[in-house]
Amino acid sequence: MPPGPDNSADATKSGRNQGNGGTMDTALIEMRGLTKYFGGFCAVRDVSFSVARGEVVGFLGPNGAGKSTTMKMLAGFMTPSSGSASIEGHDVLRDGLAARRALGYLPEGAPAYGEMSVEAFLEFVARIRRVGPDAVRRALALTSLDSVRLQPIETLSKGFKRRVGLAQALLHDPATLVMDEPTDGLDPNQKFEVRALIRAMAPRKAILISTHLLEEVEAICTRAVVIARGVIVADCTPAELAARHPSGRLDDVFRALTEAEAA
Amino acid sequence: MRNMLIIARRELGAYFATPVAVVFIVIFLVLQSVLTFNMGGFFDRDQADLIPFFSFLPWVLLLLVPAITMRLWAEERRGGTIELLLTLPVRVWEAVVGKFIAAWCFCAIALVLTFPMVITVNFLGHPDNGMIVAGYLGALLVAGSFLSVGAAMSATTRNQVIAFVAAVALCLLFAVMSYPLVTEFLSQRVPVLAEVARGLSVNERYLGFTRGVIALPDIVFFASFMLFWLVANTLILQARKAD
Repeated sequence: MPPGPDNSADATKSGRNQGNGGTMDTALIEMRGLTKYFGGFCAVRDVSFSVARGEVVGFLGPNGAGKSTTMKMLAGFMTPSSGSASIEGHDVLRDGLAARRALGYLPEGAPAYGEMSVEAFLEFVARIRRVGPDAVRRALALTSLDSVRLQPIETLSKGFKRRVGLAQALLHDPATLVMDEPTDGLDPNQKFEVRALIRAMAPRKAILISTHLLEEVEAICTRAVVIARGVIVADCTPAELAARHPSGRLDDVFRALTEAEAA
Repeated sequence: MRNMLIIARRELGAYFATPVAVVFIVIFLVLQSVLTFNMGGFFDRDQADLIPFFSFLPWVLLLLVPAITMRLWAEERRGGTIELLLTLPVRVWEAVVGKFIAAWCFCAIALVLTFPMVITVNFLGHPDNGMIVAGYLGALLVAGSFLSVGAAMSATTRNQVIAFVAAVALCLLFAVMSYPLVTEFLSQRVPVLAEVARGLSVNERYLGFTRGVIALPDIVFFASFMLFWLVANTLILQARKAD
């Protein structure tokens, strides 16, 4: 490729970024018109939003609204029917390997190889991600798994299993995190710990978490994106969202937004 | 390349994490010995060779190899770990080949554990050990071929029983393709296909090895056979990894 046009393209691009006050180059997760059909059923329709460094975006919606499908497309596990997504500038389809290298992903239900010990499992992921044993030690400490590190994962309680999934996602200290229900199945104390962990990491990372717990959005999210029947119905701060209903309570807004179309 | 070996190592460890591996190897050894000594008339033949051993081997592999491969992808689907594995920075083919290598190593371990047979014939007489080595090489290639078929079948379903039955059926097809039952039927109707069937038969290719002949065309056949099914496995996964 001749160097001339390439340079000028770069120049215009960075110029535009500066014009936008620097928000463009910190958007680590970007979705543009993501759509997914299962046969004739449209699970996700034209979902577009981005997550910048420093943001914790809560992805809200009733069960079956399309949260997990959207996240699976972000992680490169499902192929969108149309639209595109990128992680730290790497297109999840055309440059999938680089996108997956950058991303820390906690799949729905925190799957892990049950017969492996916590430590062996994390060492396996660490080898694939090309990070050393100190990364494993750091992830074990962050998620308070030190006490069970030699136990087979299948013998652990639901809360521990969830934390193994978290540790796996945090292993390579990714700048971009996508977590599908990170606090599901945890007791209140564990929920508190995980939320504290997410809040502590937030300034350095772009974090997208899905949840149907509204108190979680109020506790840690800087922004809430509400999805219902595959379509985004709200994208604003939790406070703005709460203000949409006279009662000022998120559950009322949530019910109004996600049940409106069914009526 | 490195990811492939990391995945293979994890897989092989998973085999031995449960008693299933040991049970499997014991069944293989018992079945293979019973067939060789009782049905194969090992002693009655009064020959210092492993012909009865090697002639029963592909049939035992036909049943036992799909039992190894049925869980390969079906279990990952059921447990959801396929989502974990394929959202790590690995290429799909690296995961496919990694799992295949692990399963092949496991088969090799099972085959190596039949070594008392080799000791027995060497103790009783003076066998052609070159022929025995060729036979083992052929057996390893047959095992690899059945493994590649079984792994691809496992990728199509989350049900291990379906994966097992589909793999046995397909392997049986490739095993008996050169048998008169098939070739006579075909040569009466479409003679061209009879030749093709004979050429694609795993057992026909294996026969040469048991006679001590290591022929390049046979090696090329087994290599392309495995490659074909590994590519099929990769494509199946790419098309429907999230199903």
